[in-house]
Amino acid sequence: MIKRIKHLLSTFWRIFNTPSGYFSLGFLTVGGFIGGVLFWGGFNTAMEATNTEQFCISCHEMRANVYEEIQPTIHFTNRSGVRAVCSDCHVPHDWTDKMARKMQASKEVWGKIFGTINTREKFLDHRLEMASREWRRFEANDSLECRNCHDEGAMDFTRQSSRAAEAHRRGLIEGEDTCITCHKGIAHELPDMAGVEGWE
Amino acid sequence: MRMIVTTIAILGISLGALAQQQEGDHDALRGNVPLLEERTPEPLYEVENNDLRRPRAYPMQPPTIPHKIDNYQVDLNANRCMSCHSRQRVGTSQAPMISVTHYMDREGNFLAELSPRRYFCNQCHVPQTDSPLAVENTFVDVVELLRQRRETQE
Repeated sequence: MIKRIKHLLSTFWRIFNTPSGYFSLGFLTVGGFIGGVLFWGGFNTAMEATNTEQFCISCHEMRANVYEEIQPTIHFTNRSGVRAVCSDCHVPHDWTDKMARKMQASKEVWGKIFGTINTREKFLDHRLEMASREWRRFEANDSLECRNCHDEGAMDFTRQSSRAAEAHRRGLIEGEDTCITCHKGIAHELPDMAGVEGWE
Repeated sequence: MRMIVTTIAILGISLGALAQQQEGDHDALRGNVPLLEERTPEPLYEVENNDLRRPRAYPMQPPTIPHKIDNYQVDLNANRCMSCHSRQRVGTSQAPMISVTHYMDREGNFLAELSPRRYFCNQCHVPQTDSPLAVENTFVDVVELLRQRRETQE
């Protein structure tokens, strides 16, 4: 068996390492360039396709739970008509972080295949675990996905209610807090918060 | 016989109710619009959000909420209000702490946490809007009543 694999590998390496006997250098470079563009374009297009709301709610686990819950919130319906879709908050925007997140998301494919949350009851049972994971992620990256839109440098505290301005000054500017420290459960319902820090 | 009496009684009561309704009583759900007509909904009024405490109309009055509470979750899982107003949280939030009565059960024993009978904040505490009064209000402050009585006695 190992001998066979070794043989296959050495055959492959021989072909791979020998100069082409049939194709011109021009064909190989231009073809390689076009192939590369096609591959890269296709890869990114496919990646972007998995970032659409359409894709997320094509599974009932998302459509019947979290998608239902976001609809009355301000991130879905509001006076100015700006909407944050799933990926705006749950997938980092820049490329390397996005790739890392997408690799982690392969676990979600596993969950889908084995039906880990395929009923509302199962979903609720796992809700704290899943929410905690997102809270940890936001705490670790200083609420990066919030800050893609909400920049504290661009916030006019005088336009906020005094309560909000004061809390932002204390926690965000002078303190160690990040958005998610206080703003949990703004887009989806909260799990059982007993024992979660800040919800005593 | 009993059947007839009951029927007449029910008819009488409902007629009475209907008569009262037609006299312009306020129906909070539909306004005074006939059943077959669709009511033009009132605009959504602006919720008071100035964080200034309103005076109470009488000493036991539950204070009103001087801020917006849109989408605040208060259910079996979480109590959004308590994430600022509970004893442990007021240091961070600088919000007023819920009064000591909220930690008492009905026998007057003190509990470590918010008493379950006080859990649903909106049963007593509500935000205010700038809507016109739905019904006329003839409430007079007790201090005002005492003052009036003093004046009549003099």
